[in-house]
Amino acid sequence: MIEVEDLWKSFGTNQVLKGITLSIPKGQTYVVLGGSGSGKTVLMKHVIGLFKPDRGLVRVNGVEISRLDGKPLTDARQLFGMVFQGAALFDSMTVFENVAFPLTEKGWRDRKSPDEIRARVVEKLEVVDLGEEVLNRWPSELSGGMRKRVALARALVSDPQVVLYDEPTTGLDPITTDYVDQMILHAKQKLQITSMVISHDIASAFKVADRMAVLYDGHLAAEGTPEEVRRSTDPFVQRFLSTWFAKQ
Amino acid sequence: MRRLQAALEDFGRMILFALEVVAWAVRPPFRLELVVAQMAFIGVGSAFIVGATGLSAGMVFALQMNYALKQFAAEGYVGGSVAFSLARELSPVFTALMVTGRAGSAIATELGTMRVTEQIDAMESMAVNPIQYLVVPRIIAAIVMFPLLTMLFNVIGYAGGFVMGVYVARIPIGPFLEHTREFMDPADILHGLYKAVVFGAIVSVITTWRGYAAAGGAKGVGEGTTRAVVMSSIAVLLADYVITFISVGT
Ligand SMILES: Nc1ncnc2c1ncn2[C@@H]1O[C@H](COP(=O)(O)OP(=O)(O)OP(=O)(O)O)[C@@H](O)[C@H]1O
Ligand SMILES: [Mg+2]
Repeated sequence: MIEVEDLWKSFGTNQVLKGITLSIPKGQTYVVLGGSGSGKTVLMKHVIGLFKPDRGLVRVNGVEISRLDGKPLTDARQLFGMVFQGAALFDSMTVFENVAFPLTEKGWRDRKSPDEIRARVVEKLEVVDLGEEVLNRWPSELSGGMRKRVALARALVSDPQVVLYDEPTTGLDPITTDYVDQMILHAKQKLQITSMVISHDIASAFKVADRMAVLYDGHLAAEGTPEEVRRSTDPFVQRFLSTWFAKQ
Repeated sequence: MRRLQAALEDFGRMILFALEVVAWAVRPPFRLELVVAQMAFIGVGSAFIVGATGLSAGMVFALQMNYALKQFAAEGYVGGSVAFSLARELSPVFTALMVTGRAGSAIATELGTMRVTEQIDAMESMAVNPIQYLVVPRIIAAIVMFPLLTMLFNVIGYAGGFVMGVYVARIPIGPFLEHTREFMDPADILHGLYKAVVFGAIVSVITTWRGYAAAGGAKGVGEGTTRAVVMSSIAVLLADYVITFISVGT
């Protein structure tokens, strides 16, 4: 479903990605771990074509998205939902308008009726444990965690085939975190959604991942099934995971 | 040298941006309700400040012309000269500068904030093109509203000149109106409206571009807004000179 081949990216003199190769089969969940500033978000934004690689390519469903531009790129994004690290809710729109946005802005052919849209928005907000009382609030009136959950609902509302989660659980309490993990698992099992998850939460990562990678110094320091990554001999990966496994 | 190169590159990118705007403007879906909302913001929202500026400009200009023309015993021409100068110069230029300060700065700030808080990225991720959704309606609204606001400036400005000329400077009402008719040609008004259309396009492209290309957090957004206002104002004055020169020569 998603293939990243030898991806390189720098900003000025800051060489962020130095040859990343990974592939995510349809219906699987891929978790990317790594330190702060290691380039996880940059990697994810390449997958949806928000950044263009200096070298290498990204293919989604066989289409080389890293080479698209303009209208074809916009159309290719119909497949995706993305949760941004900072939620990125439209602050000139209410919660309802935010979550409904992917539905109301669809081409007229597959646009739903206002009642259907409302029902769908309420349903998706329920999934992230938000009631109808938030529908008419503005993003500035929500807590950080609530904003994150609205962003989750917005990413899932159009039933995308691929969902990109940039730290979906950061800033959430343990119960809600568990809830979001269940949501990701459910999306995979029931809807065969392909997911890419960036996480700082190693417990969550091992719970939801089919495959995972640890990003360090522009490379994937470890890559494979959770078990393979756990047994990696790479010193950084060892240190990164020991912080959590020591507690077990 | 470096800075000149950077400025030229930025200018080149703005031109490409403007071409992209044109491409997205002619492609469905057409979001009429967004254009209407922007017209309300740019047009209705600026009506008061444009009207107030027009009133004061018309009044002051009438007094100055009266003072000057009195020396040739030609006060009767005050109405004509006020109308003529408003239509061809004062209205389009003052309107453009006032709307830049009020609506142009708001556009640059709003889009800039959306850029640095990833709202523009989020929109793209939802398969909605931000140029089509955010930029095109603002530019269309500006191109439509600048001439309408200029017309408002004309009307209120002339009314202000009329009050000053006829009731304060005591110019007989007959010659005041008669010489206005003699002096004015519909082409003079069209000349001003034509300028307004160009100014609307210039101001909206510059301010949306500065917002769209913003970077560097809140500070970057603030700097972008300042640059947007300064660049727009200079560009309006330059374009005014060029259009005037082309149409009347030396
Ligand atoms: N738009 C940009 N322009 C310039 N540099 C950027 C840009 N986006 C990211 N970077 C740089 O790329 C590097 C990686 O950033 P990225 O946001 O991918 O980190 P991250 O792994 O997501 O970190 P975190 O876990 O803190 O979110 C950083 O050094 C950052 O400064
Ligand atoms: Mg990040």
